[in-house]
Amino acid sequence: MSEIVVKAEKLVRRLGGEVPVTLVDEVSLDIAMGEFVAITGPSGSGKSSVLYLLGLLDSPTSGRLFLNGVETSRLDDDQLADLRLAEIGFVFQSFFLLPEFSALENVMLPMQRLGRLSGGAMRERAADLLAAFDLGEQLHKLPRQLSGGQSQRVAIARALANDPPLILADEPTGNLDVHASQNVMRIVRDLAHGGNRAVVVVTHEPFFAESADRMITIIDGKIWTPVPDRKEAIVVPR
Amino acid sequence: MNRVLFLIATKHVLARQRQSIVSTLGIVLGVAFFLAVAGLMQGSQSDFIRRLIDTSPHITISDEFRLPRAQPVETVYASGAVDLRSAKPANEPRGIRGYERILETLRAIPGTRASPVLNGQGLVRIAGTDVAVSLSGMIPSQMRDITVVADDMVAGSIDALAADANGIIIGDALAKRLAIGVGGMLPLAIGDGQTHFLQVVGLFHTGRMNYDESQAFLNLKRVQSLLGRPARVNSIIVKLADPYQARVVASRVEKSGGYKSVSWQEATEDLMASLAIRNVIVYAVVGAVLVVAALGIYNVISTTVMEKRRDIAILKSIGFHARDIQLIFLFEGLLLGIAGSVLGLMLGAALMWSLGKVTMKYPGTSEDYPLPVDWSIFVFLIGLAFAMGASLSAAFLPARKGARVNPAEILRGS
Repeated sequence: MSEIVVKAEKLVRRLGGEVPVTLVDEVSLDIAMGEFVAITGPSGSGKSSVLYLLGLLDSPTSGRLFLNGVETSRLDDDQLADLRLAEIGFVFQSFFLLPEFSALENVMLPMQRLGRLSGGAMRERAADLLAAFDLGEQLHKLPRQLSGGQSQRVAIARALANDPPLILADEPTGNLDVHASQNVMRIVRDLAHGGNRAVVVVTHEPFFAESADRMITIIDGKIWTPVPDRKEAIVVPR
Repeated sequence: MNRVLFLIATKHVLARQRQSIVSTLGIVLGVAFFLAVAGLMQGSQSDFIRRLIDTSPHITISDEFRLPRAQPVETVYASGAVDLRSAKPANEPRGIRGYERILETLRAIPGTRASPVLNGQGLVRIAGTDVAVSLSGMIPSQMRDITVVADDMVAGSIDALAADANGIIIGDALAKRLAIGVGGMLPLAIGDGQTHFLQVVGLFHTGRMNYDESQAFLNLKRVQSLLGRPARVNSIIVKLADPYQARVVASRVEKSGGYKSVSWQEATEDLMASLAIRNVIVYAVVGAVLVVAALGIYNVISTTVMEKRRDIAILKSIGFHARDIQLIFLFEGLLLGIAGSVLGLMLGAALMWSLGKVTMKYPGTSEDYPLPVDWSIFVFLIGLAFAMGASLSAAFLPARKGARVNPAEILRGS
């Protein structure tokens, strides 16, 4: 059996206030190393909320989450940040590159925070990552000088900077044209299948979701499980 | 790791050039204004104290007592319940008894110079008006050591006073009023009603109009004879190697001899208190200017935090700690503070230099003097510390707010 990277047990995320809202409702799942998982569902169903919980950006109201066997609910904010830095790479719909930093500097940021490599080695690794995504000529360009597809590839390179075992992508093709989307889809699929890494993608794109090893559908914050004999129950009127 | 935080802070500051320049300008002007005012204040205070120390005795021992002498009954029954009322001190002849012994004791202190003086009053009639003249009888050979009259001499010399027992040195303003010069005879009326003619052997000019019009120096023996008080002095003036020891030495002298010994610090206590109050007021005003300038920095960093909430969320999602975020914005305050301080110190130094070139006539003086500006490193350090403190304090609150940004909320909203 493959090594489990993420294990979620009955994760609940509830927002307080006068009218409490349940964003995530008892979600349990396992994600194995080398697996490419797509999370789908209608808008507002809680897909991104699940992703943020898996990425330790948000804390569950209840339930337990294990990352590489480490139980995360007892960790403080700094320990969670350290886990995010070393174990998780994020890719967002709006790229979220720092606007004042060049493509190269954006990719170097996680490595600089981790501080395991020398300055030269960081620069070399960042340049290699960008070159692998056909951005070798764009190293010193600012995000505003890059196209959407290029920006998203820079964001993917940044997510891979510290070589994390888990990549989480929130609608990575949502802001891209067809050509750029296909390019990003191919890259993301290759990431999952190319090495010791698990990839979880939240997407609305049916083609993208169907190309995943596994598809999880979230509806009203819960994992939706299809009823096997549901089709037979549907009566089509003459 | 702090390098990357500093880099992010630098990029933020450079990306908001206009706002950064405006907020820095506040600090620049605040620091420059602070330096100019503090330099002038410290300068005038130091100049005042220096003049005081140079021109006045460090200790003046006079033939007075602070408290009436203890009555025999109080000495005999020191621990008894004695209540002595309306005791009249015995009339004693004026003058310091055994002043030679006091002088010897004082001169035993290394670097100390002491000289006996007999002060008195005389009158000079000018155009039908009697003008009071303060007479100071001194030993001419000691005058050079203990007074600055020698430095202020504009005609004649102190040595001539030793050579001519009937000589007198007066201020040039008095000489002008009398239309008299060196070699002329000065008619001086003393309390006995007689007019004595003294030969002017020297003129001095201090620039203080009142002093130049009313002070005269004579040979000690001549004043003793004029006032009919042979072998008497009513004051001893003392100069110390370290003027700031005056209070201690004066207290010691008074304890041993009983005569009132006033240090220069005691004599000018009210003035020193006024200077201290003046300092507090001016520093408070200048401090307020820097606080206003710091509000500019607060505004810029606060706005940056608001605008950079998404970037903060990204950094946190990457794995930056809350403390890192706080440091980024504190570095921004530091950068603005350093830029403002350095430029402010330069502008302040230029202002101080310009003020040092301004000359003006002080009240009571007859000459133009340059404004005294203190170039002490402490003024610069205080300005720097104040500006940096204000900048960092201004950055602290927005930085803390930035550190508390919840990345999930921001990213979900985006």
